[in-house]
Amino acid sequence: MKGLKYITTGILFGIIMAKSEAISWYRIQEMFRFQSFHMYGIIGTAVTLGTIAVYLIKKFRIRDTQDNLIVFHDKDRTWFRYIIGGTIFGLGWALTGACPGPMFVNVGYGYGAMLLIIFGSLLGTYFYGVVKDKIPH
Amino acid sequence: MLELLKQPWPWYTSGAAIAFIMVLLLLYGKSFGVSSNLRTLCTLAGAGKKVKFFDFNWRTQKWNLLFLFGSVLGGIIAATVLKSEHPLQLSEATVNDLQTLGINFDGQLNPAQLFGPVFFSSPKGFLILLVGGILVGFGARYAGGCTSGHAISGLSNLQIPSLVAVVGFFVGGLIMTHFLLPLIF
Repeated sequence: MKGLKYITTGILFGIIMAKSEAISWYRIQEMFRFQSFHMYGIIGTAVTLGTIAVYLIKKFRIRDTQDNLIVFHDKDRTWFRYIIGGTIFGLGWALTGACPGPMFVNVGYGYGAMLLIIFGSLLGTYFYGVVKDKIPH
Repeated sequence: MLELLKQPWPWYTSGAAIAFIMVLLLLYGKSFGVSSNLRTLCTLAGAGKKVKFFDFNWRTQKWNLLFLFGSVLGGIIAATVLKSEHPLQLSEATVNDLQTLGINFDGQLNPAQLFGPVFFSSPKGFLILLVGGILVGFGARYAGGCTSGHAISGLSNLQIPSLVAVVGFFVGGLIMTHFLLPLIF
């Protein structure tokens, strides 16, 4: 089955998120209170190694498994959406301790209440789709 | 080996493993970003009939739904065969800060006080979890990505817009943590 590699990668992601405690509401609170290096260490290591990997992929023009050149798409150079959207996201992140990945990992971990947060995030996404053309970006 | 994996993982192992996930998806010809699944799920629920934003071919995102499904399975594995017997090592300062908010540290990943059935079924608790989710979903789509898409994929590709979004994540997080949480709890 072609999709199996994505499920396997997802399983790995879920295990990493849970075992690193990045899905923990407590850890997110600790991060926003600057009381531990833990979360900064995770993000910092990931971004540092990620930057090196992206640089090497571009430099050596690495191809993907379908033999296509791996290309990176630049983000739109608008600012309002990133500042305002980002801040709204942050409000929810600190309140629930969950970003879109970890909320699903948490469901697997056994926190059923996360289903309500997921339902809320779907409502929020739907609401964005409705008002998208009426709000500044 | 299993005993070693059962321990809580140090930050450098986890950071390296997340970078590995990102590279693996790039090698598969995809890009690491979880929140776009929320849009796809809206489309699957039929939102495309009413709102143009959701009217797209969801099959192009099937791989990401499978990834998300896998992450739930990963959570199950982490909570069973890989479960640590040790309580979470939260910093003393955080334990004390949360105590003043009336939230007790119970050594688990998430406080039962906020994610247990009692809180969930109270009107206030229901509202907090629902509104929190709405903010995450709306904010992620408005900002064009979440922590995986912007903080990991975007920053690794040195995208300034992603840096701005990540600064926004922190501004919002700090406002909630330091000004709003004391009012809410």
